[in-house]
Amino acid sequence: MSEVAYETEIEIRNPEGLHMRPAMQFVDVANAFNSDISVSNQDTTVDAKSIMQMTMLAATCGTKLKIRAQGTDAQKAVEALQGLVERDFSATPPVSSVSQKKSD
Amino acid sequence: MEIRKGIAVSPGIGIAKPMVIDSREYHIPRRSIMISQRTAEIGRVRKAFAQAIHELDHIESAKSIEKSDIRDIFVVHMRFLRDKTFRKRITDFVNKELVTGEYAVSVILREIASHFAGIDDPYISERAADIYDIEKRLIKHLLGRVEDNVEHLREEVVVLSHDLTPTQTASFNKTFVKGFATEKGGRTSHAAIVARSLGIPAVVALGNMPSEIHPDGLIIVDGNRGVVIIDPDSETLQQYQQLARQMTQSASALNELRDLPAETRDGVKIDLLGNIEFPNEATHVLDRGGDGIGLYRTEFLYLYSGKEPTEEDHYHAYAEAIRTMKDKPVVIRTMDLGADKVPETNFHPNETNPALGLRSIRYCLQNLPLFKTQLRAILRASVLGNVRVMFPLITNLPELRQAKMILRDVMEDMDDDAIPYNPDMRVGIMIETPSSALTAGLLAQESDFFSIGSNDLIQYTLAVDRANEHVSTLFSPAEPAVLRLLRGVVQDAHKARIGLSVCGEIASDPEFIMLLLGMGVRTLSLAAPMIPEIKKIIRSVSIEECGDLTRKVATLDSSRQIKNVLRDAATNISSETY
Repeated sequence: MSEVAYETEIEIRNPEGLHMRPAMQFVDVANAFNSDISVSNQDTTVDAKSIMQMTMLAATCGTKLKIRAQGTDAQKAVEALQGLVERDFSATPPVSSVSQKKSD
Repeated sequence: MEIRKGIAVSPGIGIAKPMVIDSREYHIPRRSIMISQRTAEIGRVRKAFAQAIHELDHIESAKSIEKSDIRDIFVVHMRFLRDKTFRKRITDFVNKELVTGEYAVSVILREIASHFAGIDDPYISERAADIYDIEKRLIKHLLGRVEDNVEHLREEVVVLSHDLTPTQTASFNKTFVKGFATEKGGRTSHAAIVARSLGIPAVVALGNMPSEIHPDGLIIVDGNRGVVIIDPDSETLQQYQQLARQMTQSASALNELRDLPAETRDGVKIDLLGNIEFPNEATHVLDRGGDGIGLYRTEFLYLYSGKEPTEEDHYHAYAEAIRTMKDKPVVIRTMDLGADKVPETNFHPNETNPALGLRSIRYCLQNLPLFKTQLRAILRASVLGNVRVMFPLITNLPELRQAKMILRDVMEDMDDDAIPYNPDMRVGIMIETPSSALTAGLLAQESDFFSIGSNDLIQYTLAVDRANEHVSTLFSPAEPAVLRLLRGVVQDAHKARIGLSVCGEIASDPEFIMLLLGMGVRTLSLAAPMIPEIKKIIRSVSIEECGDLTRKVATLDSSRQIKNVLRDAATNISSETY
């Protein structure tokens, strides 16, 4: 098994940041892969498959994150997560955003 | 006004506002668990997670929830409940801190919530509410319907609940909990025993209580008659307030007796010891003027944890009670359960007759590791005070010898490990079967003391199960057969010059005290709240009167006659002043 690690940098651009709903989508995508996936901001690194850790990362709009995957499907995983963030979490399962009740 | 009838399990009258322990506002006190409970506690946490997920599945699929944004909230909660690192953080906390699952849930979830709340972004800080919601759901599954904040009461209440565990009951603060009433339960449930020990009036088995109980209303718990009155009218309330006042007055008069000796009018000193179940009850025994602990039941160690207790679990429980009692005697009875009640046993014999089956000392003699663990803990604790050990349900001499041989084995092991213990610890037995009563003379040669367990002795002598309502009226300590056995045991103990106490219910029955003294009993062990009343009787009588009564009773041939004579005698003393 190839254990190559892939890494990429992303920026959270949706106004609500990586709060509950986007975090859930992120975690769901991450869990679809076998690789170990971590996400880091400037001071912490967390498990991308744990919603607790991802939400506690509290990535607000404008936060830069590093996604790192290691495992057989590391490259695909990183690309999928990057795609999700770059689409501003929009194209995956069309569910209305939870916190739109709060006007911005 | 609504009157409910149940079973009176602990005497007294309590009048206060209701506290229904079924609310959704949780405050979880920190409560420690024993090391041996860790696995079970983590199992509880896992189960709560599974139940919460199951519940959310239902909510999610329920048609009534059409608004997708509400559904989305639950979908996110579900992700949390399925997050293994999240769950692990809680189970790790249980493991490391040795606290209950509910406490771990509340600490960890509040940590996470406050983390969110502290982030300067409205989208994220608002998520704290989600975390609180997950917390509530988990706690609800961990605690069932019962809320645990009775420890932190600030006002007097009557606790109303579906059912109570002994641990919950034991945590009641008597200053504020004026009584309790449960829908379920029975006379012999552990909650009932603990209520009697704490002296909290209690009524159980009330059936379904009204779903709406007015929080500002009043509840009367009449633990004498087994009645609970919801929102009493003013006349009823006045009657009960007066009754409660009278009872308090006589109770405080009895408390004045605390520091007076339990001595008959003709100067014979009687030792009044307490029966306890939980180590913290030792304080109640001292508060009521007890001279020691005559029966420390150790079954709760096995029942509460749902797991076989470790040596440390045993040791800590014993050490607490012994330290409280200082140099006063503490008689620890070894495990007295049936095979069906011992946790983690694969062998549950399907017994048609459990009272005559594999239980108590018999079970211990067949399960030596379990027995030795307890004996080792008792021996270790024996250096902390005046500790004695007592074997239950001994029926013949070989059984006693076998139990003592195992005790010596454990002592030798401890010698090898250089662990200190008291080599002269006194070893006694319960006399609670006709066979041990009839051979008391033999058993006395190899015992340091006897303790008569009247409840089992009566059941086995009369062949009556008093929990069976069809025959329970046949259960009577005043049966001539029972009294003959009692008299014989007392005489055999005296002849052999060994200690003798009575620790069954007759030791706290005002009508039987004179008879027991007349037979020659000089030590009684009873529930702490009864000590003052029994002391009062002792101080009112002379041994001579008691002897006369005993001789008179010996000439009577039926339980009914004997009861009448005993009742008349008891009425005469209580009407006189002491």
